[in-house]
Parts: sequence; C-alpha cells; structure tokens
Amino acid sequence: MSHASRTKVRLPAPPVTASRRLSSFFGKHRRLSLTALLAAPLAWLVLIYIISLLLLLVTAFWSTDSFTGQVVQEWTLGNFGAVFTEALYRAVTVRTLIIAVSVTVIDVVIALPVGYFMSKVAGPRLRGALVVAFLMPLWAAYLVKAYAWRTIVSPHGLLDSLGISPGLGLVATIITMSYIWLPYVVMPVYTGFERIPDNLIEAAGDLGAKGWKTFTAVIIPLVWPSVIAGSIFSFSLTLGDYIAVQIVGGSQQLLGTLIYANVGTGGNMPLAAATAFIPIAVIVIYLTAVRRTGALKNL
Amino acid sequence: MRIPTPVKAVLSVIVCAVLAFVYIPLIIVVISSFNASQSLGWPPQSFTFEWWVRAFSDKGALSALGTSLIVAACATLIALVLGTLASLALDRFEFFGKEAVNLLIVLPIALPGIITGIALNNAFTTMLGWRLGLLTVITAHATFCIVTIYNNVFARMRRMSGNLRDAAMDLGADSFTTFRLVTFPQLRSALLAGGLLAFGLSFDEIIVTQFTAGTGVQTLPIWIFDNMFRPNQAPIVNVIATFLVIVSIIPITLANRIGGKAATGVA
Repeated sequence: MSHASRTKVRLPAPPVTASRRLSSFFGKHRRLSLTALLAAPLAWLVLIYIISLLLLLVTAFWSTDSFTGQVVQEWTLGNFGAVFTEALYRAVTVRTLIIAVSVTVIDVVIALPVGYFMSKVAGPRLRGALVVAFLMPLWAAYLVKAYAWRTIVSPHGLLDSLGISPGLGLVATIITMSYIWLPYVVMPVYTGFERIPDNLIEAAGDLGAKGWKTFTAVIIPLVWPSVIAGSIFSFSLTLGDYIAVQIVGGSQQLLGTLIYANVGTGGNMPLAAATAFIPIAVIVIYLTAVRRTGALKNL
Repeated sequence: MRIPTPVKAVLSVIVCAVLAFVYIPLIIVVISSFNASQSLGWPPQSFTFEWWVRAFSDKGALSALGTSLIVAACATLIALVLGTLASLALDRFEFFGKEAVNLLIVLPIALPGIITGIALNNAFTTMLGWRLGLLTVITAHATFCIVTIYNNVFARMRRMSGNLRDAAMDLGADSFTTFRLVTFPQLRSALLAGGLLAFGLSFDEIIVTQFTAGTGVQTLPIWIFDNMFRPNQAPIVNVIATFLVIVSIIPITLANRIGGKAATGVA
C-alpha cells in the first residue's frame, strides 16, 4: 500500500443539477418513482384497452334500431340470449374450438422435437441457422401464406396434382392455421429447452434415469410452461381468426366470421359484442387454467 | 449430455420434414411470382419478369407499403417507451397488484386480435364518435406491441446484475445518468430484438387494422387482401410477398448477430 492512499482525500460533491435533485427526490420516495414509471403504460393500457373491453360489454346489452341500424341505448339481454340459445352459435363455437385445439396440438407436437433438436442436439452454427429458418416465415405476410395454401389445395394446385388434396374446407383450415402459427409455438418451446441447464439432465442420468425417463420426468416438466405459452398463441390466434378461413375454408363459418359479419354487413354492433364474449370467455378460462404453470411469464 | 445416435437421426429427419413443410409453400409463392400464367396452375408452364416490373410501378401497393412502414414505426416507438417503463417498474419494485399489471400487459396479445379490434372500433366510433384513421390504427397497434418490448426487456433485466447500477450511483451518477450510461447500453440488444418483433407484428397485422383503419387508410396487408382475389393482381401479390420474405432476411440476421439469444424469443 502506498503512502499517498492513506491521506484523507475528500471527493468534491457532484454539482447539484435539476436532474440530480429529481433523482434524489425519487430515491427518497420509492412509491412516487414506481408511480412515475408505471403511470404512462398503465394509463395507456387501462384507458384505451380495458375501458374499451368494458364498453364492449356494455354495448352487448344495448340494442340496434331496426330502421336506422344505429345503436340505441336500450338495455336488453336479447343479444346474449341469441348467442346462447341459437343452434348456429353453438355449432360454430364447437367447430371453432375443434379447429383451435387441433391446430394447437399439431403445433406443439411439431415444436417439441424441433425445439429439442435446436437446443440440445444442434451445434451453435446450425442452431443459429435454424433459428433464422424458423423465424423467417414469421415475416412473410400472413395473407400470402394463407393464399399459398389456397393455391396448394385448390384444383390444379400442388397437392391436387399429386392427387392427395383435402380441398378447401375444415382440413385445409387446420393445416393452414397450424402452418401460420407454427413459429409462434416453436420459438417459446425452443427458448424453454434452451433454458434447461445440461447439468440437470446429467444429474438425472447420474441418479439412474434412462433417456426416456429423463425426458418425461425432468425435461418435459421444465419445458411445460413454455409449451403452454406457445399454445396460448396458437389457441388464441385461431380462436379469433376470420381471414384464413375465408381464404382456405370454403364456406365454413367460425366465431371470427360471425363477429365480423355482425359488425360489417350486419351492422349490429351489440350482437357482435355479445358474440365476441364467447372467445373472451374461452381464453379467460384457458388463461386461469394455465396461470399456475407460470406460462404467462414465458409469453 | 449424450443423446443416442438413433434418437439424433430421428430428430434430424423430423426437423428436415418440418423445414420442408415450412418452406415449400413459400417457395411456391416465389415461383408463382415468375409464373407467366395468371391462373396459378401447377406446375407453371412458362416464366416472366412482367409481374415484378408491374409490382414496382403499382401506385396502390407502394403507397400501402409506405402507410404500413409509418404505422409500424410509430407503433413500435410508442411500445418501446411504454414497454421499457413497465419492465423497469416490474423489475425493480415489489407492489400489490404486480401480477395484475403483468396480466394487463399480456392481455392484448393473449386475446384474439378480433377482440382488440372490435373493442377499440366500438370505443372509437360508437362511444367517442371519432373518425377512424391513421391515428386509431397506430393506437391499436401500439397496444398489442407493448408486450413484445416488455418481455424482451424484462427478461434481459432479470439476467442483469444490479451491482453495475449500484456502482455507477456510488460513483456519483444520478439515476438518469445511470440509466443512460449503464442500464440502457445493457438493454440495447433486447430493445432491438423486441422492437423488430413489434415492427413485424404491426407490419403484418390485418385483423386489428381492418377494425380500426376505416376506409381511408390502406396498409399493405389490407391492400393485399383487397387485391389477392383479382385475377390480374394476384401475381403482383406474389411478387410483394417474395420481396417481403427476401427483405426480412436483413432484420432477422441483424437481430441474430446483435441480439444473440435475445432475438430468438418470439414475444
């Protein structure tokens, strides 16, 4: 230790600027600094989004004037009544759920081996290339991907020329949506695998677990929140879609188509609002069911 | 970890099959953009550059592209600010209702786009009596883009140690200087990755746009949707799609190089 460092040196106090004063003020008042940080994002999300959702709920209890088509503030349960009792809504809800569940299952089944391969088998170079390869379709326009499948399954298309085309309809809708939402499921699942430390897997092996046992008892439980996170995307995106089904679904109707038709050509916002609460209810039930897996933090 | 060779082989085959499934439709789009026949029959009989020439002189397509760029840039900018603020708050503070705030940020992307669309449409037109336009589209897009920034930045801050920040403040930097010189440089690649994703989501969004754009605003997806079923415009749509895929290589490789792992999180 040198002699000089033993003498007492006083650092000059930093100059008192406005930003320093503000900074020390927030340092002393933790609550206020939290408020300052949260104010803008919370205001945006609550004032624009949550209030809009609540207003949508209110609108669902209003009616439309049968002559002018304008929304009138007459309270009625008729819209919800129609949505809950009419056979059309029940049939369309069931069909939409079948498609959403199928698409989600297909995407998860594809994403698991792909994500596992990318994170645990591929070397760093191949991994980087695969990440790019699976992210790129995300940037190709959604509409164009749906349209590509239309050309593939329609008469004189690729599959038709091979004689194995399912044609426009339910199957084509499921394939197309699985295709479009695949990157949204692959990426969180891959990140989930990536986060599992290799030494945990080695520990399982040291403790006597065979490969398959390690996979089901160690790897799957660890990656599960990421799988659920991915499934929220594919499930929710399918549940509200009305575009892809117009392109490849033939004349089928989904919940999204009904809502869109009620707003647009039907001009009946209250009925559309009531219909919109079917997918909202489904998603809220799904989110509450999976909340405890911690999936929401993996989105 | 040692993975048995047969398992590796099976996995490789699966990955190759999935890559084929992902890329064959895109390759068909690319080939169709040169297909001389307008009927999109398969296989194509002869090839042409005509659609490429026509696409780059199509005023509607070009102005729609411009609108989309403006909307995506503005929405991303708003989301960058709001998402970063929210992640700073949720990373540094423990407070009552933290879970609820987290859910609130995630909700616009967890609920289907049509819900966001119809709720905002109803609020803007029926309740507020506004005219739909560029501003309403940007507002709507920013709302669902916040989560991508928030997730990327929050994940990054979880991995950052608070020591550097403490050291900066011990050395006399106030909290703003600390953010500018210490925290922000550490967040930069996460912001870039999140920003790119937000930009991409907004650029490709059609459902929310249809509900919030009104008739005056035409983004590229809306233009594509209006034109893809017109026989003489469909090949131009293929050209634009091909162009977008090619252009998208730039931001993805950029994000991959700068962001490393951060760029891989979908949201």
